[in-house]
Amino acid sequence: MPEKMEHKDKARALAYLAAISRLADQPLTIMEVCGTHTMAIAQNGLRELLPANVRLISGPGCPVCVTDNSDIDRFLFLAAKPEVITATFGDMIRVPGTKKSLQSLRAEGADVRVVYSTLDALELARKNPEKEIVFLGVGFETTAPTIAVSIETASRENLTNFSVLSLHKRVPPALRALAADPEVQVDAFLDPGHACAIIGTRPLEFMAEQYGKPGVVTGFGVLDILEAVLMILEQRAAGRAAIEIQYKKVVKAAGNVRAQAMIEQVFTTADASWRGLGLIPESGLNIRPEYRAWDAAAKFALPRFDSPSPSGCRCGDILKGRIAPDECGLFSATCTPLQPVGPCMVSTEGTCAAYYRYARK
Amino acid sequence: MCLAIPAKVVAVNGWLAKVDMMGNQREVGIQLNPEVQIGDYVLVHAGFAIEVIDEAIALETEELLLEEANAREDGT
Repeated sequence: MPEKMEHKDKARALAYLAAISRLADQPLTIMEVCGTHTMAIAQNGLRELLPANVRLISGPGCPVCVTDNSDIDRFLFLAAKPEVITATFGDMIRVPGTKKSLQSLRAEGADVRVVYSTLDALELARKNPEKEIVFLGVGFETTAPTIAVSIETASRENLTNFSVLSLHKRVPPALRALAADPEVQVDAFLDPGHACAIIGTRPLEFMAEQYGKPGVVTGFGVLDILEAVLMILEQRAAGRAAIEIQYKKVVKAAGNVRAQAMIEQVFTTADASWRGLGLIPESGLNIRPEYRAWDAAAKFALPRFDSPSPSGCRCGDILKGRIAPDECGLFSATCTPLQPVGPCMVSTEGTCAAYYRYARK
Repeated sequence: MCLAIPAKVVAVNGWLAKVDMMGNQREVGIQLNPEVQIGDYVLVHAGFAIEVIDEAIALETEELLLEEANAREDGT
């Protein structure tokens, strides 16, 4: 139990745990698909608090971790160009490609800037007219609308030296791939709170209706996660499967309609390759032809790479929840947060990083 | 990363809002929630307001984030 938990919260947590124990008469495996949930669960030792029958596993919830090695090599190719300033969210800086990372390229003289927002990247473009600013679009549906806004803004201002390499991915097709995969043995899902604040719950309903898997859109605190686990157990006890919202204070069933419209305006869905899960139909977001001038892949005639994963790295199996991080031969030996081999360790929200930090014995 | 930080809107200027985010002032894009008004609380992700929320939720979330930040610093 988190030490700094207030009395009243501790009491509520214990009440949830008691109710969970009463309903956990049969084994249940729940997968979360959001890096922030991965961290919250690891940080608070929730796996140890839950009864042995309730198993929490991590799925492909970290957009950095599911970026395919070939895509990493594509953006490293761009970043090495002398006329390019690469603007990126911080968690991409140390991700290793086949030979290099943005960090190592920067040490060799490449201009790589960490930004907090695409608005900062737009400002870089305005301030550096002689350079080409390329923004690395990595993230799920929480982030994609913000990148859509930046492309639409660049288009309106005719900011010709700004472009985006879209590596964005969509959560619902990944859930479908997991539900349909016989190697993945999961009974229910904790659904991502902020991605669903954008897309709502309708795009997830097929998980319950077609595959009989309950899903609960969950907030990020200990009490939120415990309540969601209880809601799943209650569904099972009642013989139901539905998509419910635990994170009611933030998430509406309809989501953020305006943000959805922004995504629709700028992006189109396309098949995309996920590290560990392979090609998932309609799971990627590509920039529409009318915004081609702001699409870095088109603008720079980016070649396709066919990059193998690093030898011995089991990030793929970990992302499917098939093994735990410490079952990877590289874990903690040759792969550590200081010297990561694969993205699951590099990303601050990666399953291996969380495990290394909080769960190692 | 799903991290979103609560903030209070103190000024609105076109597509940008000035917000107070856990003690720091910064500008965020409001293209995804253009109806925000001064005094509203919003969740900020990657420099944009993604959702308008209740004051009570904002304060709860702030507390949660501070707890987690302290836990990280303590190495627990």
